[in-house]
This record gives sequence, structure tokens and C-alpha cells, in this order.
Amino acid sequence: MKLKQTVIAAAIAAIAGTAGTASAQVSDGVIKIGVMNDMSSLYSDIAGPGSVIAARMAIEDFGAARKGMKVEVLLADHQNKPDVGSQIANQWYDVDKVDAIFDVPTSSVALAVNEITKKKGKAFLVSGAATSDLTGKACSPNTIHWTYDTWMLANGTGSAIVKTGGDSWFFLTADYAFGHALERDTEAVVLKGGGKVLGKVRHPLNAQDFSSFLLQAQASKAKIVGLANAGGDTTNAIKQAAEFGIVKGGQSLAGMLVFLSDIHGLGLDMAQGLIFTETFYWDLNDQTRAWTKRFVAQSKGKYPTMVQAGVYSAVTHYLKAVEAAKTDDGTKVIAQMKAMPTDDPLFGKGTIRKDGRKLHPAYLVEVKKPSESKGPYDYYKVRATIPANEAFRPEKDGGCNL
Amino acid sequence: MPRAQKIALAVMAAFFLLAPLAMYPIFLMKAMCFALFACAFNLLIGFGGLLSFGHAMFLGTAGYATAHAAKVWGFPPEFAILFGTACAAVLGLVTGLLAIRRQGIYFAMITLALAQMIYFYYLQAAFTGGEDGIQAVPRGVLFGFIDLSNVWAIYGTVFVIFMAGFLLIYRVIHSPFGQVLKAIRENEPRALSLGYDVNRYKLLAYMLSATLAGLAGATKALVFQLASLTDVHWSMSGEVVLMTLLGGLGTVFGPVVGAFIIISLENYLAQLGAWVTIVQGVIFVICVLTFRRGVIGELGSWLKKPL
Repeated sequence: MKLKQTVIAAAIAAIAGTAGTASAQVSDGVIKIGVMNDMSSLYSDIAGPGSVIAARMAIEDFGAARKGMKVEVLLADHQNKPDVGSQIANQWYDVDKVDAIFDVPTSSVALAVNEITKKKGKAFLVSGAATSDLTGKACSPNTIHWTYDTWMLANGTGSAIVKTGGDSWFFLTADYAFGHALERDTEAVVLKGGGKVLGKVRHPLNAQDFSSFLLQAQASKAKIVGLANAGGDTTNAIKQAAEFGIVKGGQSLAGMLVFLSDIHGLGLDMAQGLIFTETFYWDLNDQTRAWTKRFVAQSKGKYPTMVQAGVYSAVTHYLKAVEAAKTDDGTKVIAQMKAMPTDDPLFGKGTIRKDGRKLHPAYLVEVKKPSESKGPYDYYKVRATIPANEAFRPEKDGGCNL
Repeated sequence: MPRAQKIALAVMAAFFLLAPLAMYPIFLMKAMCFALFACAFNLLIGFGGLLSFGHAMFLGTAGYATAHAAKVWGFPPEFAILFGTACAAVLGLVTGLLAIRRQGIYFAMITLALAQMIYFYYLQAAFTGGEDGIQAVPRGVLFGFIDLSNVWAIYGTVFVIFMAGFLLIYRVIHSPFGQVLKAIRENEPRALSLGYDVNRYKLLAYMLSATLAGLAGATKALVFQLASLTDVHWSMSGEVVLMTLLGGLGTVFGPVVGAFIIISLENYLAQLGAWVTIVQGVIFVICVLTFRRGVIGELGSWLKKPL
């Protein structure tokens, strides 16, 4: 009996032991950066390990070692679950003494980390998440939303397309709050620009068969078919639209949430003619090309998305602010970041607004035909540049009370 | 209560009381919430023989109801949790009336279908915030004097809820009602021929399981201060099956251990990045190949004591 009791106790102690090892080292004088994103599933190509590479490059380029600053990078996979993300964030701040968290795609996880960061007075720099609530009703003195947001995507794509002649629209909308919001924002911009909406159709989330929706879009004779959806729904719709010859028939597809890695996955045959908005493209100028060359050398040939570029830019500016403010206190560093203009090779010069919105230009891009593409990842033609002051939601419309 | 189980219970209680000294409390609270969820699930499959593949709907419904009540209606935490649990109980009654008419794979499919309906309802409903979830839920002040924003106060609360839920399940399993459930699991026609109203027993077990799963979900919403679609997604229903299988189906302590293992994997492997899912997969394969009865099931059979 004694033995058996010991066995039970030992078994439980063993579990406790394995769980307890991955914790605690107390650190002062070290700036700890946590990159939290999806490392293994649907957003791992958009953010994932590439964001960690970008963060490390930013630390190297900043010359942290030369300046005597010790900077460490931690990474974690939040598996797109808000409770996992929330727990990692709490633990990073409390136990691992992380000073700032970067990236965090998936809006629900980002909003959760946003709350925790505010409560603990740390710093949160969002690159991967889309929700414009982060600078709206959920805005915080400890958060900066860096790369893009849903308002900017809808507005940029909508207004720039109408200006370049795409004045009649048909919407293919994912039937849930996110899709409705995208459709509503884009429609408002289209109507304001003098365009008209000929029709719209709602499809269920994670739909496999878009044929009936695409036929309606085709029959509407709208110049632009707007895809107010994301992820697998967007890529499925694009693939099936190619089969129906929608682009070849003279209509254009406008995507809302599309990234370079999606185009790479689809291939130019399928994706050609697709129009959407990005804030970074590797082939914009000499600086972005030079940076991308170094990035690609570390990422096994994968080219950077705007989210990964955003992590680089955010880490760079964060370290500059820490250096200037001579503290790693989250609230003070964020205030310092807002006070200083931003400048980095990827996004150029920019500013950060009081509500935490980072401002930079956005680009309306069109996917090239296979015959126009000359090298790896030579995918986009930039059709229009939206200046920084027009690209993002005006501060007064966000409802942020900072 | 047999002596082995008394010891195991004491070890478990002592573990959750002392562990926060060495481990991160929020992680432990999450483990307790999922342990209660897995125990509730185990009540249905391990003792009633009903494999539900839709238990996430109870976890998620209670989470949303609690979060909404606490955030929008300003309920104090005790009423928010009660409200969430009650919502899960009502949902359990409604879905139970439909589902228990069939057995085996058909029962599993009906529960899955109902859970998917609930999932798509929450995806579109305005009050859930769609894929953003309900965020920044206030933890509030329990009974008007325990401020739950203190980590030890909330830890104690979760511990009490978990132990109460666990002991209730233990009591149910070892009551005459539990014996009838086991009889139904073993041979339903025979239980019927003995004069038991089989469907009422099954419905009650289903509702109890739903209510306790709801209690876990309600507590979890307050711990993390959020409610999201993750908890209603079908993969959550799958995860609880894995927790129960890994720990030991039909054992008292198995689901607790199973939940603890899965949550540990999920959290402590987060640093491994893309390897998380692979490591989890390998561990499952090993468990299925070598621990057919689950960790506690194997331990119990080796000790020749039911645990």
C-alpha cells in the first residue's frame, strides 16, 4: 500500500515537474520582445516564423549589441485561440518579464492581449490583426496598430478602384459580422465616390462551392466583383472565379483581405487581375528590395508579407523609443513612440496618431498576368498610391476616447 | 469512498492548492476549468455510454451568457456564473430531448449537428461580437466583498467551483441513479425490462453533464475575461473527447489528468512554434498504442483499484 501511494504521488509530481520547468528568469537591463502569432496553421505564412525573422533583423539593424542594449526575442504560437493567447501574454508579462508583444494576428486574440497589456502597463504593437476596433472603441494608451486594418482595406480598395474607373460593383460577402462590416464599409466608399452597387450575395463561412454566387456576379455585369471575405473563402472564390472565366470575361475581382502569400499559393494563373490593397510590397524601391534579399536568405525563399514587414518596422521604432526614453516602461515607451516620427526602409517616413494608429501610404495593387511576371514573387503592379492621410480612418470617426 | 480514491482526492486537492506556488496560477485555473469540463463529459460517456460530439455548445453558451451578463447587464460574478450555467442547462434540456432518442453514432451526429447550429448562430449573433468575441469582461466582486481582480481570490473561487463540481459528479456516479446509468450503458433493453424509464435517466444525465460543462464555461469566461468562438467550435468538442480518452474513460480522476496533460501541451509547447501540433500528435499516438485505458485507467488496473 505504501508503495502504491508513493506511485500516485510520484505520478502527479512528475506531471507537475514537467509543467513547471518552462518558467521564470528574472531580468532587468534586458529588453524582452515577445513575438506571438500563428506558427502552425492558417496565418503561419502571413505572420508565423517570418515575423520572428523580421524582429531579429530589426534588432540587428538597430545595432542593439553595438549600443550596449541587450535585446531578447521570445516566440509563441497562440494557435488562434484567445484563451491560449491571453494566458501566454499574462505569463510573459508576469513571469518572463517580457516588455513588449508584437504581431498577434487573429482579431479575437489581439483584442484579448490588448486588454491585458493595458492592465499591466506594457507595450503591444499589432501587425497581424485586422480589426479597426484596436484604434476605435478598444483603443489603449499601450497599443499601437501598425500595418493595416479593416477600415483601411475596405476604404483603400473601394475608393481607389472607383477612381480608376471601376464604378459598378457586385459583392460576394461572407455571412457573418466580419464580412458584413467589410461589405458595409466598402459599399459606403463606392457610393461616395459616385459608383453604384448592382447587387450582393451572402455566402456561408467556409463555403466550398461558390458557383451559384459567381454566376449571379457574372450575370450582374458589374465591372468589379468585391470579395468581402477572408482566408479560405477568398482563395476558394478566386479559384472558382478563374474557372468561370470571370476575369477573362472583362470583370475584375477585388479582394479585401489578401496577402502576398495567398497569391503565391494561388499562382498567377488563378489570381491574375485580382485587385486589392497592401501597405508594403517587396518590390517598391531599392531599399525594400535590398531588405527583402536579406530576409529571403533567412526564410528559405519565402518573400515577406506586409505583416512581417510591419513587425520589422514596429520593432525598429520601439527600440528607438526605448533608447530615447531611456526606459522600457510600456506606457512611457508608447508615448515616446507617438511623439517621434517613424522612419524605416520599408514603410518610409510616417507618424503615429494619438489613438495608436500608425500612418503610412497604402498601395492599390493588381496581380500580374503570368506572362508579365519576370522572377520569383514578381506578382504585383502598383495601380495607385493612397497617401498616408487618406489611407486610414479619420481619428474622429473611430470613437477612441484617448 | 474506497481508500485509494480518498488518497487520490487528497492528492488532487493538495496539488491544486500548492501548485500555484510553483506554477503560473492562470494556467492552473484554465486546467481546472477544462478538468471540470472533461469530468462533465465523462459523466455522460463514461457512465451513461453516450458519446456526445457537441459538448462545446454548453461550454461556449455558458461562456457567452456569463460574459454578456457580467459585461452588459452588470451582473455580479456569482449571478453571472449562475446565469451562464442555467443557460447551458436549458440548452441541455432542449438538445437532450432531441438527441437521446438515438444511440451510438447517431447520437454523436445529432449532438454534432446541434452544436454546429449553435456555432453558426453565435457566429452571426450581434451580442457575441462575431469572431472578435466578448472582450474585457469584468470579473467583479464576489458576494459583494471578494474582489476577483486579485489573482488569489479568483484562484480560490475557481478551486472551490472545481472541487464542488467534481464532488457532485462523484456523488452522482456512486448514487443509485449512477448505478442505473451504468446498467443502461451495459444493456439498455435489460434496464428497460427491469422497469426503468431509460429515456428519463438518459435525459437527466445529459442535462447534468450539460449543466456542469456550462459551469466550467462560465468560470472560464471570468478567468480569461473573454468569451470567444473557440469554445463553441467543434474542435473543442473533439478536444474534450481526447482529454477524457487520454486520462481514462469511465474513471473518476482520469478526465482531470487528461485535461491537465492537454492544457499543458497546449501552453508549454507554445514556444516550439510549428512543432506544437506534431508533438501533440506523437503523444496521442503513443498514448493510444500503449495506454489504451488512459493514464488513470492503466494506473488503476495496475493498482487493482478503481480510480
